[in-house]
Amino acid sequence: MTVQAPLLSAPAARRRRGRRSIFLRRPFFTVALVVAAGYLLAAIFAPWVAPYDPVLQDTNAMMMPPSGAHLLGTDSYGQDILSRVIFGARYALVIGLCSVLIGAAGGLVIGLAAGLAGGWVEWALMRLIDSILALPSLILAVAFIAILGQGVDKVVIAVGLSMIGPFARTVRADVMQVRVQGFIEAAHLMSIPSLAVVWRHVLPNVIFPLAVQVTIRISEAILVSSSLSFLGIGVTPPTPDWGLMIAEGRDFVSFAPWMSAMPGFALALLLIALSIVGDGIREEVDPKSRRGA
Amino acid sequence: MMKDMSAMTDPRQPPAPTRAPVFELIEVEKVFQIRRPGAGLRRDTVGLRALDGVRLRVEQGASLALVGESGSGKSTLLRVLLGLDAPTGGRALYHGRPIREVRAEGPRFARDVAMVYQDARGSLDPRMTIGALIAEPLRHFGIVPAGQVAGRVAELLARVGLPADAAQRYPAGLSGGQVRRVAIARALASEPSVLVADEAVSGLDVSTQAQLLTLLRGLQRDMGLTLVFITHDLGVASYLCEEIAIMYLGRIVETGPTDAVLAAPAHPYAAALRAAAPRFFEPLPEPLPGEIPSPLDLPPGCRFSGRCPMVQPDCQTRDPQLGRHGEGRAVACLHPLGAA
Amino acid sequence: MKMDAIAADPLLAVTDLTVYRGQAKILDRVSLSLARGETLALVGESGAGKSTIATALMRLLDGAEVEGQADLSGAGDLLALPEAQMVRLRGRRMSMIFQDAGAALNPAYTVGRQLISVLRRTMGLDRAAARARAVDLFTQVGINDAEARLSAFPHQLSGGMQQRVMVAIALAGNPDLLLADEPTSALDVTIQAQIVRLILSLTRDRGASCIFVLHDLALASQACDRIVVLYAGQVVESGPAHDVLTRNRHPYTRQLQGCVLEIGRKDLLAPEGNVPSHDQMPEGCRFATRCPRALPHCATEPPPLAAADPARTGPLDHAFACWNPE
Repeated sequence: MTVQAPLLSAPAARRRRGRRSIFLRRPFFTVALVVAAGYLLAAIFAPWVAPYDPVLQDTNAMMMPPSGAHLLGTDSYGQDILSRVIFGARYALVIGLCSVLIGAAGGLVIGLAAGLAGGWVEWALMRLIDSILALPSLILAVAFIAILGQGVDKVVIAVGLSMIGPFARTVRADVMQVRVQGFIEAAHLMSIPSLAVVWRHVLPNVIFPLAVQVTIRISEAILVSSSLSFLGIGVTPPTPDWGLMIAEGRDFVSFAPWMSAMPGFALALLLIALSIVGDGIREEVDPKSRRGA
Repeated sequence: MMKDMSAMTDPRQPPAPTRAPVFELIEVEKVFQIRRPGAGLRRDTVGLRALDGVRLRVEQGASLALVGESGSGKSTLLRVLLGLDAPTGGRALYHGRPIREVRAEGPRFARDVAMVYQDARGSLDPRMTIGALIAEPLRHFGIVPAGQVAGRVAELLARVGLPADAAQRYPAGLSGGQVRRVAIARALASEPSVLVADEAVSGLDVSTQAQLLTLLRGLQRDMGLTLVFITHDLGVASYLCEEIAIMYLGRIVETGPTDAVLAAPAHPYAAALRAAAPRFFEPLPEPLPGEIPSPLDLPPGCRFSGRCPMVQPDCQTRDPQLGRHGEGRAVACLHPLGAA
Repeated sequence: MKMDAIAADPLLAVTDLTVYRGQAKILDRVSLSLARGETLALVGESGAGKSTIATALMRLLDGAEVEGQADLSGAGDLLALPEAQMVRLRGRRMSMIFQDAGAALNPAYTVGRQLISVLRRTMGLDRAAARARAVDLFTQVGINDAEARLSAFPHQLSGGMQQRVMVAIALAGNPDLLLADEPTSALDVTIQAQIVRLILSLTRDRGASCIFVLHDLALASQACDRIVVLYAGQVVESGPAHDVLTRNRHPYTRQLQGCVLEIGRKDLLAPEGNVPSHDQMPEGCRFATRCPRALPHCATEPPPLAAADPARTGPLDHAFACWNPE
């Protein structure tokens, strides 16, 4: 027997070292992760973290610049912007996550069907996806909102539906790639039934890249939902939504710039952090670099 | 290898239980319809004859090397043997019955005929551990009760010379030689009687190759496997297989016992292959001129005539068929070497 | 008598070539010499560093730290020359043939255009002269209908033809050192023989020297005058092909020879185990972990490359690095 005992123990050590050092190897990733985690914690513990009630209107403190009492100032109704930004993170993250999951689930079903069916089914599904992709997701979301009406739940559905197209396209591309791999033919050769092959071999190889796509696209979903609110057709006031806050501050930008700037800054920081985290995860979970158990 | 096949060509005749060959190919032909090269946007197709009148017989317990260069049709022949492609002409039989038919009936054929791929890494799902990969055929064919799967996986790993803790690892964490061992273990899991291997040791270091060849020969002897081994390396064929079939442009040009064929090749192409194999301190051989012609553009007469160093005038007009040439041998040549 | 003159003025003398990639020492004090007009085989398994030597000499090695010296006669130390001078040397004094010709040729240009541009750069020819020379070179490397083939794109040629084009490009500038990195391992056996013979005859005609990177000892014995056997980045044995293969002293050379599948061979000497990974490489002889003749101090003290015959100690003579030779 040709045993490579030392060789086999090496990857475990290498892996441990790899896991410890990812934060050192990717400083930007680490910072972005901390920022994103900060948003998440703020969202979860908003009622305890926020200094004020986000919808409490204080007529004595309208449009106050940032100060000790109101760290990020107040808006035209005298609502504390810091508190609204913190609560806004809740809406942003919930809407982003839920809508991306809807989009990913829909995309997975359509992409799998298109990639596996072939023939006219594939042709029809792909033309459908192409026509969806021809419109930017914002326009699509606006169209869905027009049908569904306003509200947080409606925004989630509208943004989710608008993201099915891109997800379906990447899933289909992955399916096409996996389908021609040797291990799929080997499974067929072993006379494993087609559905079992899809479940056991195709799906896992598609789900992992899809999960990475989800982390990357959360920021897009947040952006679209904020844009809807900014346009005034998403979440209804006085819900503390960043898009809505930016829109409200628009008229006062020359003498109370913090009203738009603070939620805008919060939004931008979260989007940047999320996309860095997403990219980092994508590079780390590449199956080619995965070694050992 | 040549035979009177009148008995075997009758499909209603039940296979003789003892002496029926495992595989029998009778005048097998495989034509692929492909777009005409350089046809631009036109859709007209042209038939590419990948296999042309192939006759082959693989007995139970035999070890056969299929040797040929790229474009010789050995991979297509393999796909026909495995029932992945249906021949467009002739008959491909497994224990006397058409391979495609046996294959469609259920998992029996799949269990009995196992395959080791050339691209061993690609044939293993990268998201599964080695243990799960080897357990898959065990569970699928119900080889052992669920409780014994782990134990059998460990046995198989030991059998191919891998340590037991390899079961927890992923293919990406193994070296090229180790991955081939996993592929062999996986093929052996279904307790097959036939092992088909496609260039299973090519592209490896000589020492790794030697390790694998020793393993394969041991397995074949211990388990009484029927072995069909595709290779381009005559040294591998001569080490591992008792019989050899040399292919050129979709046809078997010479077949017989490996040692006899390689000691005195009768077909000039077999002789050229034999001469081209590296040997210590021999002067570099005079190479064959030219390259394999395209199967779309076969020369008239013998398909080797364009490159043959002993070509005669009638070679360009008559297409030689595989015919008996001495004890257990057959050659497709109008003027075989050593016959005069 | 000629050998002494050659030894005094070798074309290439590599001394203590060491290459680090990160923490790993992938070449460890490799020394070798090449006489004018000589054919040398670098033989070893993957990870032995044989291709690294070739790319290091061409200074095409990326992301690695290189130490040591490589003197090319009349040019100086290849490892220390400024890049501008190296650019002038590549193609004119030394050139390289790669394993995968299909990947080394640019798919966007015709092979003729690629060859002509090399001719114009290295030989300073004008367009018409370069074209005529290209046709001439294509004929020399055995491409029929050379004129027409100049306007072919690489993908329109077979693997063997692509490798012929590579040989033509490598020889365009009349270099006196040709490095061929496994030039035939991607080709069919009958085509392999054509290409090896072609490279040998063309380099001999020009009096050029050639370093073949090979994994096949038998082919090395057929094609080359001298053989350098490498294991895990160290030279374990070197010398005239006949001495290295028939009077070998290093256990690894013997083992490597025992794995070569000559036709009719039924006894394989399959070695145990694998090459150790770089973080577990022994300090001394790197073969110590797999060596059947290893002594306790083999793993800690590196054996020096010593002459096999005390009377013949030239850089081209038979030498081996082993504490307990066969």
